[in-house]
Amino acid sequence: MKAARKAVVMRDAFGRALVDLAGEIPEMIVLDADVSASTKTGDFAKAYPDRFFNVGVAESNMVDIAAGMATCGLRPVVNTFSIFLTLKGADQIRNTICYNNLPVVLAGTYGGLSDSYDGASHQSILDVAIMRALPGMVVIVPADSVEVQQALPLALRRDGPTFIRICRNETPTLFEDAAPLEIGKIRKLRDGSDLTIGVTGVPTPMAMEAAERLAKDGIGVDLLEIPTLKPMDVKALVRSACKTKKVLTVEEHTIFGGLGGAVAEVLAKHAPARMDYVAIQDRFAESGDYAALLAKYGISVQAIVEKAKGLVGRSIG
Amino acid sequence: MKTDTARRLGPAQVLAEKSRKKKIGMMQYLAQKFRVDVFDLLHEKGTGHWGGASSVTELLTALYFDVMNIRPEHPRWPDRDRLVLSKGHASAILYTVLANRGYFPVDELPTFRQINSRLQGHPCMNETPGVDMSTGALGHGLSVSLGMALAARIQRQSYWTYVIMGEGCLDEGQTWEAMMAASKYKPERLAVLIDYNGFQLDGPNNEIMPLAPLFDKLQAFGWNVSPTEWNGHSIRDILKSFAWVKQQKDWPVAVVYKTQKGRGISFTQDTHKFHGAVINDETYANGRPELLQTLAELEAIL
Repeated sequence: MKAARKAVVMRDAFGRALVDLAGEIPEMIVLDADVSASTKTGDFAKAYPDRFFNVGVAESNMVDIAAGMATCGLRPVVNTFSIFLTLKGADQIRNTICYNNLPVVLAGTYGGLSDSYDGASHQSILDVAIMRALPGMVVIVPADSVEVQQALPLALRRDGPTFIRICRNETPTLFEDAAPLEIGKIRKLRDGSDLTIGVTGVPTPMAMEAAERLAKDGIGVDLLEIPTLKPMDVKALVRSACKTKKVLTVEEHTIFGGLGGAVAEVLAKHAPARMDYVAIQDRFAESGDYAALLAKYGISVQAIVEKAKGLVGRSIG
Repeated sequence: MKTDTARRLGPAQVLAEKSRKKKIGMMQYLAQKFRVDVFDLLHEKGTGHWGGASSVTELLTALYFDVMNIRPEHPRWPDRDRLVLSKGHASAILYTVLANRGYFPVDELPTFRQINSRLQGHPCMNETPGVDMSTGALGHGLSVSLGMALAARIQRQSYWTYVIMGEGCLDEGQTWEAMMAASKYKPERLAVLIDYNGFQLDGPNNEIMPLAPLFDKLQAFGWNVSPTEWNGHSIRDILKSFAWVKQQKDWPVAVVYKTQKGRGISFTQDTHKFHGAVINDETYANGRPELLQTLAELEAIL
């Protein structure tokens, strides 16, 4: 599958999905913490002012208000920057939302390094690790605007909490004509038998391009796009790892507790494989252009190709 | 050990009583009986929080036996009034009141804090019938209650949402985020009930983290605060406070109750030392006669 040229800002797509679903799901309520201009909940707020709550810069309070609403039959969607949602709201997400298995959608925008110019204080590189550790939480990391729009109704129809990580910026549209997103299902983007590459989120087009380059060098990549980090599609992952015996994960997150960790947990038990990780090392990033930051902190086509070749035991050439 | 008097006057008689005056006396008695039951339970199990449970005994009794519109046989009835015990460590008295109100068998109370029980150390809404929100980590209750009250507005329902907070909850920053938000949205029928016993886990409130002047703070945050500090151990006073609450049109409403932590036993009340301390045999032997004396006095005037 080739990446389409059309690029859409992921947070814009999510904002449109909120408006599009409002009529169909009247129980849906949207909450924001004084960043609606950034999270793009503003259009929903204008169209449905009685169903929109801007609670100011008070993430903990916002999460628990949503929890209270959810116990009364409403379906809240909580929006703010992913770093503040998952850290300032962590106690509330754990003790109120997850402990009670409440149907609340937690939309963490500005995921990964995508708030690039704002710097390390705003970059959300360990949100997936936190969310994955919470009992009952479903964790979705969309790779494009299509997946983010499809993730919202899936999350709203769940009987428990769902975290959706949203990129701030433009991403190429990948899955417009593909089968719809399913929670807990891996997408197979390419067949190969030398190496498995599992990728989630924004780096997906990089992994696709890397797989093409590797193919030219005679390395066949089994390319898996993994939009749901929890629950993991164990079957598809194990099937691929059993075939290739080598697995490279690619993500916009630290090396701890994200996709790499999730895949390693599964494979160590079911299909031990040689692994490597394209991810941010144990450090903070900095301000700068998004693409430049991704590259500097180890997430690039080149990095994927190099680590893939390292795994299959060929010299970089 | 069970009190004999309990057999003569139980929850059913209290609920059936038509005379208001008599019912108030009976509830005062019933609350004290619950206090004895909690003391017995905590001694028997060697775990739980006596101080904060005893301080909200009359308030919870009044709420579940008179004030709230509830259907214990249908705990998730959508139109029920909600109660969020933000100070979740007072779980022993909440469970005792809920069981006696008919939400689950009284015989289940001895499973409190034991393995495989529905009665968790702190309230869990998915385990215990009648619990409207899981609590334990302090400071969550007001935000959650605000969500419930806003849900009533959105869905055009008229239930009340009550939240009970102590000093610990009021220490938490999240509570003051919620204070501001409630004042912004002014949800109808949201009432904060403050169990102001003056003590926290580690010591007196004015030493650990002074809340005074609490009335002024609440008012400054935009709340309609009850003009007086009610006696949180007098059923008559508590019911007067709810009569005041029900007349209000300015939301949100806060009511402050002067209470005693560890109420009812001379050496456990007005001290932080029995916040979560085990009720050992000595404490039990010395304290129980005082509770029973009060119970007998309340029975005598019925």
